[in-house]
Amino acid sequence: MIKKIVDFIGNPDNAGKLKKMGYVSLVAVFLSDFFVHRDHAIYIWDKIPGWGAFYGFFSCVVIILVSKFIGHQGGIMKREDYYDD
Amino acid sequence: MIDWFHPSMLFIFGALLIPFLRGKVQQAYLMAIPALAVLSVSLMSQGTYWTYSFIGNSLVFGAVDKLSVVFGWVFTIMSFIGIVYALHVKDNGQHIAAFLYIGGSLGVTFAGDYFTLFVFWELMAFASAYLVFAKREKQAIDAGYRYILVHIFGGVCLLGGIILHYVSTKSLAFGPLEKDGSLAFYLILTGFIVNAAVPPLHAWLTDAYPEGTITGSVFMASFTTKTAVYVLVRAFPGTELLVWLGTIMALYGVVYAVLENDARRLLAYHIISQVGYMVAGVGIGTDLSLNGSVSHAFAHILYKGLLFMGAGAVIQMTGKRKLTELGGLYKTMPITLVLYMIGGFAISAFPLFSGFVTKSMVVSGATHDHRPLIALLLTMASAGTFLHTGLKLPYYMFFGKDSGLRAKEPPVNMLIAMGMAAFMCIGIGVFPEPLYRLLPFAVHFDPYTGEHVTSALGILLFTGLGFFMLLKKLDPEPTISADTDWVYRKGSRLFMWFVNKPLSIYENYLGNIYNTWFTKFTLYFSSFLAKIFDVRLIDGFVNGIANFFMNLAQTIRVSGSGLVRNYAFTMLLGSVVILTYYLFS
Repeated sequence: MIKKIVDFIGNPDNAGKLKKMGYVSLVAVFLSDFFVHRDHAIYIWDKIPGWGAFYGFFSCVVIILVSKFIGHQGGIMKREDYYDD
Repeated sequence: MIDWFHPSMLFIFGALLIPFLRGKVQQAYLMAIPALAVLSVSLMSQGTYWTYSFIGNSLVFGAVDKLSVVFGWVFTIMSFIGIVYALHVKDNGQHIAAFLYIGGSLGVTFAGDYFTLFVFWELMAFASAYLVFAKREKQAIDAGYRYILVHIFGGVCLLGGIILHYVSTKSLAFGPLEKDGSLAFYLILTGFIVNAAVPPLHAWLTDAYPEGTITGSVFMASFTTKTAVYVLVRAFPGTELLVWLGTIMALYGVVYAVLENDARRLLAYHIISQVGYMVAGVGIGTDLSLNGSVSHAFAHILYKGLLFMGAGAVIQMTGKRKLTELGGLYKTMPITLVLYMIGGFAISAFPLFSGFVTKSMVVSGATHDHRPLIALLLTMASAGTFLHTGLKLPYYMFFGKDSGLRAKEPPVNMLIAMGMAAFMCIGIGVFPEPLYRLLPFAVHFDPYTGEHVTSALGILLFTGLGFFMLLKKLDPEPTISADTDWVYRKGSRLFMWFVNKPLSIYENYLGNIYNTWFTKFTLYFSSFLAKIFDVRLIDGFVNGIANFFMNLAQTIRVSGSGLVRNYAFTMLLGSVVILTYYLFS
């Protein structure tokens, strides 16, 4: 069973199907955030429906771009033999 | 009836027997010791046990309260899982080192005074270093030496702090330290945060963990940093500095994980990130956030162990450790993939997995303590966690471009160990109550509210969207990342260069001056003197002395008969002469 699911996900022929499933779940999660009670919200952003989705996407993009920028421009990334001589 | 038994003693003295056992008997024995340790924790009741008097102080080996018991539980459970994962290993040294390491960790957990704590603290450092050395490759041995040196530095800070603390308070009892900003306070804090891998003192972790043996790194990922979290919770709750250090840690690990190409080093950076939550929770210091730190440490030990086991299985079966060289393994290692993903979902805090019910407690702790920025930054770091551990690593290891590797599933004992950890990850996520009941403070916390679930899913799934949109940018690159270990890896070279180049040039220069001026002048002067004095005066003098000693020797040779009686008589005579002199002068 496990092998079948994994093979289904890994098979490039199913990429289209997986993409569709992904989009459906994104929309579902985004919409469901509009229908929950917000009794515990303390900050203003906690009261905005869809905040989690927005902040997750924003964080992801920021983390990737900032890290790669620091890595390439800040001289963090070095050749693999940097430490041996 | 014994009212308390120290689980460390099982491991430390149990380790002595390992070399005498073989095959199945040894395997059974290796599993029996952690099982007994779990049992001993389950039978514990709170109190103080095993107190000894030592040079005017009492050493407490068994300080048992809710805080130490919860760590006792997770350390012993993880030791069992780790040993099962390592059952196929035929290297007794590694098993012994792992046992001593676990014993040290539990010793710290139940230590009631700083002296006992320090002894077990050092045992941990040295025993764990062996798990790096045991790989027996030059790269690993170098990393092992750097590891031990950093830990010696941390140990010296800790010891210095303990001594100063003792001098000023006359007490060795291990408990919350007064935030008086004294040197003792900061030295002990430094000693602890070296082990917690707080930047800039963290590089030993990402340097050494990926170099350890496959099974050894699983132990290392579980014990050192979490023992440090335990001591921080006990001694430094509410230390404002830790809030910020912890938040920086959480993001620092995420940034470096983007750049990392080595599978286990990426996971090691995420240890730093996750321990950041715990350190921040300690710093916030409310009941809720401290509970968060403790429960997150509990969950973290299990899912991080699982992730290291999964990545270790891939490395063992393929012989490759870099993401650029891996890929397409889903066809031949589906079980490893699924078990790894359970760990990935747990660390990413997906609902129904362990991270969800623990990490959120730390973030809520920050929210309720009116620290909006901390809460936002910690949430951002959790997006980064899913990005790397849940998406990037498995994508490039198991899917992505096919590397052509067709590795089989790992040995069955490794799969069983991973299965046990995965079971715990899901179990805690679905039924958090038993874990919550173990926590040191009585706080009501319900992670499964509608808004929390939907916003967590929103964060995670839209992080996934970002991942696939920026996939091209994320392709791993065959590089290594310079971190603060640069200071002692390249910095030591700078020092050596300074010794070799400027210092030696300076030394040569001085040498030349000495040669040209001082030596030549001396030689000239001495040859001048020689002409006048040497032949006549000195020679005569030397010859005179020589003649004197030759004559003296002649006399002694005659008088020295070798008979004790004669010597005794001479001594007696001499004594009489001296006495007479003093009496009559």
